[in-house]
Amino acid sequence: MNSLTKASGNFFTQDGKGTSPLRLIRNGLLTGLCISLSLLTLLPLFSIVMLVVKNGWPLMSPALFTELPPPPGLEGGGFANAIIGTVIMVGIALLLAIPLGILAAIHITEYAPESFLSKSVRMVAKLLNGIPSIICGVFAFAAIVMTMHGFSALAGGVALSILILPTILLTSEQALLAVPGTYREASLGLGATSFQTILRVVLPDALPAIMTGVMLAVARAAGETAPVLFTALFSANWIHSIMEPTASLPVLIYNFAALPFDYQVKMAWSASLILVTVVTLTNVLAQIFFRPKHR
Amino acid sequence: MSESPTSPPMLTDDFAPGEVNFMKVEDFNFFYGKKQALHGINLTIPSRKVTAFIGPSGCGKSTLLRNFNRMNELIPGTRHEGDITIHGTSIYDPSVEVIALRRRIGMVFQKSNPFPMSIYGNIVYPLRIAGERDRDVLDGAVERCLRSAALWEEVKDRLHESALSLSGGQMQRLCIARAIASRPEILLMDEPCSALDPIATAKVEELIIELRKDFTILIVTHNMHQASRVSDLTAFFYLGSLVEYDITQKIFTNPSSQQTEDYITGRFG
Repeated sequence: MNSLTKASGNFFTQDGKGTSPLRLIRNGLLTGLCISLSLLTLLPLFSIVMLVVKNGWPLMSPALFTELPPPPGLEGGGFANAIIGTVIMVGIALLLAIPLGILAAIHITEYAPESFLSKSVRMVAKLLNGIPSIICGVFAFAAIVMTMHGFSALAGGVALSILILPTILLTSEQALLAVPGTYREASLGLGATSFQTILRVVLPDALPAIMTGVMLAVARAAGETAPVLFTALFSANWIHSIMEPTASLPVLIYNFAALPFDYQVKMAWSASLILVTVVTLTNVLAQIFFRPKHR
Repeated sequence: MSESPTSPPMLTDDFAPGEVNFMKVEDFNFFYGKKQALHGINLTIPSRKVTAFIGPSGCGKSTLLRNFNRMNELIPGTRHEGDITIHGTSIYDPSVEVIALRRRIGMVFQKSNPFPMSIYGNIVYPLRIAGERDRDVLDGAVERCLRSAALWEEVKDRLHESALSLSGGQMQRLCIARAIASRPEILLMDEPCSALDPIATAKVEELIIELRKDFTILIVTHNMHQASRVSDLTAFFYLGSLVEYDITQKIFTNPSSQQTEDYITGRFG
């Protein structure tokens, strides 16, 4: 048998005692427990993916991406307008949140890290991060839908931008903080202005990490239902302007899944499959392409 | 004459004629918040010479060095009293732009700090931020600076590779090349060899002696041998005060202060 467990008096067991079997068993048990619990955490994700693929795949066809949804009760068609709507609203959200988030992050890390304003911005961003998404929807509803007297893609985009602003701001802040101070020192020592230092040295170095934050924000915004439900509503037609009610994938799923028609429910599954694929791909791409390159 | 550190050391004939009163530090005090780091420093530095600042850690030598290009102003809560003049102009004069000042005074840091760009990009950085776009001028500057820094032969075939692929010693010489790209007159070196191995150190020291022809060099060093090898003048600091300032050879062979002698012979510090 194993000489380490026996009092055979070799170099490792000079005191004449082997390792007690109880210790070995306890070690084995705990290792096993950790492995099985880790596997258990994979279970929800796997079940979701399996279920969505199983139910969403049968209806998958090019028509889904090119045609309008069928009237209730009828079959055929697709949800191209919802895909376009989601792309447009996420685009509007990014257009608003990226400049705001990155510029604010630059201010609170580069220009005045200790000022009252910076501390407030940091605090508010963290609070905003924890606000339920439906509140963003209600806010955009009150601020834009009510004042402009109509649901619109613009209102949906604004609601999403509020949702992702803290993500972009806080990841940009971390990205900028991770840029070594020696780069700033070198640049300023060579006679660069703060602006040149930020633009030419600090931002390029922080960009991959900032982009990761943006991608995560995209994934989050594309899948959120509550903010767009309140603000962009839904539409069965092509989008003509960002000032009219607009379809989106999450709201399409929400609406169609509740319909009593079999075909619409299947379409909701297919839309879910597309959404899950897009969100997963965005996350994976963010991890692969924008991982830190050096140091 | 070294009775008073205020007066410049007596320069002998074998010193090439430079401008004796090129840089002057006058009654200079410096504070980090409430803590006073420099006490009444008076110092006159001639041009085209290597002046070494030596002394134990925390004696204020790096602090003084970083005042010449006003890098200390980047640290919140610092302030100074007294004056530093270069060629008769106070660096604190309201007409002096700190950006212009730092272009005229190159700085090499303790740890080499190339930007995560190409070798080429690093050297043209100070020129590009000053608005230089002409390709020929930039190309010429790259070769001139790399030759001055004795790095040209080693990197001429890979100018567009990342500067971070260089060895530690090469990186430090790249930083020196970058520091002289905007044609400064003064080079500040803050322990430029402390992170280098002996061979790389020897190369940088050779370079410093070579650069002395064109630049006024101030170097902070912990390495007594380095100070004696590369410098013309040596200033010994202790606890934020200038103890002794003289021709290097005299400091190392016949210092007038007991403290200096104790330090250079390794009895403390």
